[in-house]
Amino acid sequence: MFTNMIKTTYSDAILSGFDYLLENYSEVFVLGQGLWSPWYVGNTMKNLDKKYGKERIIDTPVSESACTGAAVGASICGMKPIIVHPRMDFMLYAMDSIVNQAAKWSYMFGGQLNAPVTIRCIINRGGSQGAQHSQALHSWFAHIPGIRVVMPFTADDARDLLISSVLCPDPVIYIDDRWLYEQTANLNPIKETPLDSVTPKCIKKGDQITIVGSGYSTLLALRASNKLNCNGICAEVFDLRVLNPFNSKNILDSVLKTKRLLVIDSGWKTCGMASEVITSIVENIPTNTLIDPPRRITLPDCPAPSSEVHEKDYYPDEEKIIKFINKFYCF
Amino acid sequence: MSVIRAAEIKIADAKKNGLIKGPVHLGVGQEAIAVGVSKNLQDTDRIFGAHRSHSHILGVDNDLHKLFAEVLGKNTGFSSGMGGSMHLVSKSKGFLGSVPIVAGTVPLALGAGLASKLQKSGDIAISYLGDGATEEGVFHESLNFARVSNIPILFVVENNLFSSHMHMSLRQPSNTINRFAKAHKIESKLVDGNDVIEIYKTSSEFIRKMRLKPEPYLIEAITYRWFGHVDWRDDIDVGVERSKKDLLNWKKRDPIKRLSDAMINKKIWTKEKQITLDSKIKELIEENWEKATTDDFPNKESLLDNVYKYD
Repeated sequence: MFTNMIKTTYSDAILSGFDYLLENYSEVFVLGQGLWSPWYVGNTMKNLDKKYGKERIIDTPVSESACTGAAVGASICGMKPIIVHPRMDFMLYAMDSIVNQAAKWSYMFGGQLNAPVTIRCIINRGGSQGAQHSQALHSWFAHIPGIRVVMPFTADDARDLLISSVLCPDPVIYIDDRWLYEQTANLNPIKETPLDSVTPKCIKKGDQITIVGSGYSTLLALRASNKLNCNGICAEVFDLRVLNPFNSKNILDSVLKTKRLLVIDSGWKTCGMASEVITSIVENIPTNTLIDPPRRITLPDCPAPSSEVHEKDYYPDEEKIIKFINKFYCF
Repeated sequence: MSVIRAAEIKIADAKKNGLIKGPVHLGVGQEAIAVGVSKNLQDTDRIFGAHRSHSHILGVDNDLHKLFAEVLGKNTGFSSGMGGSMHLVSKSKGFLGSVPIVAGTVPLALGAGLASKLQKSGDIAISYLGDGATEEGVFHESLNFARVSNIPILFVVENNLFSSHMHMSLRQPSNTINRFAKAHKIESKLVDGNDVIEIYKTSSEFIRKMRLKPEPYLIEAITYRWFGHVDWRDDIDVGVERSKKDLLNWKKRDPIKRLSDAMINKKIWTKEKQITLDSKIKELIEENWEKATTDDFPNKESLLDNVYKYD
């Protein structure tokens, strides 16, 4: 009972997900750059190489393309590999293996083979890291049929959705966010959940506006909604969790109740996940359901600036969200 | 080799006559490579092909009906009619997929070899690729990773001197690619790709060593394709060098005729036997083609099937 009361950080929760998988599934192995060093992946993989051996925890050459392809190939041959990209930006070298190969292996061979690879990539931004060390490209990948895209927000999900992703027979892109690593929670016991049963989750009840986030933007949504409470505005907050295939049902039900919709996304505006959420709601509700037009808060359509002056304007925060809501919504 | 040749000639004719919808990349003239390598393989090995892979799959699974059905888009094909000529699979024979993205399967084969090593299965991976694929960065990454991690993979480079329309001399500073193996300390051999015995012997030696101790090897087989890059034409004039004279010279080096003549010279084969064999193969081709043409296409309702395994 007492141990249940100990708070676990998001990053430790990821570590415990890896530990569970490596302990219980001999076909699981991990490869990627920096896996033997806390420089790259924080403490999310601490000492796994010592516990499970360097044969199963492989720190690789600087070859994102070959290593991701190798993970895909191994997955076709009965393994459950996890390829780790400590920073999403560098993973762009591996697009062929992800988009052309893994995503299509089942379809183009009539379902005779599949590629159950997990591609774990980390959003790591801020601190004047600039245009090539900051990207959140989940919307891109969510566009591709055949890849599941997972973005955990809670520590429970960080652990359990990693497990669901690895046990899933489809290729999965699992995206965690360094800005969430220090978040803590009392973890529930591990439960293996089939990934196709995971849908957007209501994490705060309310009845005046539905705010949708994913990963770190869910934290912003939650913080903003707590402040809105002080102003007497009761927001319902949803965490997307799985971006592709996207199941809009829970959010749709919420919007039919609140009649207001705001989506916060940590990616860019154009062709982004926020557009997808809004469209899939709007096209499924009767005209004139909404009291206010649906809105989105995203990054502006420019690369991440290095200057700290610009950086402050670039990323959304709870104050900006409150201002935005006060400006565009009438309660 | 004769069966593969006849199957591809049949496909070329059918493409010319408009019976096949999708593009077909024919490897007529290159049959010796897949045949020589495949003789050393077992069903549990892991083979990956590319865009020109009819010979690679037939080398381990000679089901002509499935090949014909697949190029015709029928649901009885190797890939259930979902792949066509460029996406072939035969799981039970270890042929785990061919795709037309140049070098796309090279790292996948690498991973298949890595899996075999982790599973301690003793199986090996085969990566078939062309000379054009050696210009992709992922090929070099894969050689490096294979070497540092001692992965049991045999890279089989079919150097037919052309990538699409471009001759090797316009793309690389050297006419051979086994220099890349040397750079990565991978044992390699340059062989006559039109000599099935030489290919068999070399691959046999490498594969025997790989099964005892997981390590990468590379074979570069020099060859020439009789047809152009895609479909049935000769492509002797696509704006750049591929002369009729070269083509005729290479046809004299026909791997099938060379083997047949050598066997006749050694008196272990006769011209009559070759004629009988050819006519039997012709019947086999016609019979399987007929069968494939009468098969069904995939159901219209199956458009969204198998995008995901969880449905």
